[in-house]
Amino acid sequence: MKKLVVYLVCEPETPELAEAAVEGGADLVELGFPFSDPLAEGPTIRLACERALARGMRTKQCLECLAEVRSRVDVPLVPMTYAAILEAYGYERFVADTRAAGATTAIVVDLPVEGHPEVPRIQLVAPTSTDERLAACAAATDGWLYLVTLTGTTGARGEVSSALAGLVERTRALTDVPLYAGFGISTPAHAAAVAELADGVVVGSRAVQVAEEGPRALRDYVRSLRGAIDAVATAV
Amino acid sequence: MTTTFGAYGGRYVPETLIPALDELTAGWQQACKDDAFRREVHELLTSYAGRPTPLTLASRFAPNRRIYLKREDILHTGAHKLNNALGQAVLARRLGKHRIVAETGAGQHGVATATVCARFGFDCVVYMGAEDMRRQRPNVERMQLLGAEVRPVEFGTKTLKEATSEAIRDWITNVETTHYLIGSCVGPAPYPEIVRELQRVIGEEAREQLLAAEGRLPEAVVACVGGGSNAIGVFYAFLDDDVRLVGVEAAGAASLGTGRTGILHGARSSILADADGQIADAHSISAGLDYPGVGPEHAALRDSGRAEYVPCTDEQALAAFHRLAETEGIIPALESSHALACALGLDEELVLVCLSGRGDKDLAEVLAHDVGLRPDTAER
Repeated sequence: MKKLVVYLVCEPETPELAEAAVEGGADLVELGFPFSDPLAEGPTIRLACERALARGMRTKQCLECLAEVRSRVDVPLVPMTYAAILEAYGYERFVADTRAAGATTAIVVDLPVEGHPEVPRIQLVAPTSTDERLAACAAATDGWLYLVTLTGTTGARGEVSSALAGLVERTRALTDVPLYAGFGISTPAHAAAVAELADGVVVGSRAVQVAEEGPRALRDYVRSLRGAIDAVATAV
Repeated sequence: MTTTFGAYGGRYVPETLIPALDELTAGWQQACKDDAFRREVHELLTSYAGRPTPLTLASRFAPNRRIYLKREDILHTGAHKLNNALGQAVLARRLGKHRIVAETGAGQHGVATATVCARFGFDCVVYMGAEDMRRQRPNVERMQLLGAEVRPVEFGTKTLKEATSEAIRDWITNVETTHYLIGSCVGPAPYPEIVRELQRVIGEEAREQLLAAEGRLPEAVVACVGGGSNAIGVFYAFLDDDVRLVGVEAAGAASLGTGRTGILHGARSSILADADGQIADAHSISAGLDYPGVGPEHAALRDSGRAEYVPCTDEQALAAFHRLAETEGIIPALESSHALACALGLDEELVLVCLSGRGDKDLAEVLAHDVGLRPDTAER
């Protein structure tokens, strides 16, 4: 079965939304711990982070949010954030406290593979990554490898990036770890196209947008992605 | 290659950019070993930019003392920023990049970048906070005249911090064709080292000129610090000398004076942030100093005690701005005015001040301040 990953920013409503996403068929939920200057994010997630920060969602509140989500759902939960947050909180303390709150691992967008081995995390690779870096990231990653489908920031796009097929092919030749692809995936058709190539599909910006309409809308949206992905798996 | 300065520096960027930073590092190392590169940069600095810039004794500005001004305001485009922009343009051409993105605060780095792009035939996109576009209008017009596209950044504080974030996001998106021409000694490695190496000409010239004029080294060297490129450029030649090094920060943007260790724009440094690592807003009348971060090498120089960093208020800078104009016939940039204000208060007799830029761009802001009005209300 291909995996479906849904990203949400930690906000007061997020536990309810995460529950809806899992009901809709999400296999894993990424929980964004907002940072004021998120370099990898396009406008949708950047604005969501600004809003969350304005509502007081600092590291402590995000950990509480994570624990609350943990109490409601059984799927793996992965905090996704930036190095500045860990630098301020303490790298080892961040690992300990997120695990205690129910996290499976973490994603730190701007912490390259060379540094901070004390933080077990999902590594990201991009179309620009050399084969040497793909191998290093695959060796270091904690579970699965996050393939950034395109050269750019997060955000919905018209089509799935043509760079993904080549990145999957290069990475497959180097490692057996599961490959989940994200960035720019917003529609069921995108999700199906990505599921043809990768082991998992990550949906971020569009999920954040739909979540603003409430849990019911999010559940229906995730269900539509789930259906498209499962149709591919069945056909294969 | 230096990737860290003490506990500071590093490369805290998304994976997409790491191969580009590796490529830049390799390209820079090759360039440094290549006489042709150094000759071309030197030739451009001499025949195009107007180096060496003079050293001026400001005897009416500071009677009974010997305060010398290193005149980067006379450099082509009106500030020290061109030293860095020219060097990086030659580097970008060697790397096969034909599109340049940059951020700008006061607009001086944007103008320098637009200038070298015109000269080299590069496409040029400059990100600038909407608030800075308002208060540095003449520089926006200059960039556009030079053929650059100025993209306003309308979110957050609408100043240099957000402009830098947007320039980096553009670079992430267009990294295969684009060189990010960063304007200060900030950002991920190797940028802080590249910018220092391209700016150190300021201090090397000044040291020689001062020795020729006075037969001795200055007792103190003073420069303003936003990101810190003119300061590192003028300090570097004096690091091994018995000379006091003083960096002057805007009081409302004192990343070194009141900041804490954190990560911003790809590097660990001393920054204005809260206890959770969220970046705080900076405030300065001078757009070029209105930044919550600073180059990692300055943080290391502060920690080692080799350089000291002091605050200067908007009012003190404005008073020095007027004083230099009235006593020497030189209109300084508001940024440089912070260094001038500090130099006036020092006990040392022989002082070198880096006059990093000229103040034409600041006239509207200063005049509006003098009548107690902001430019946007003064027009009504």
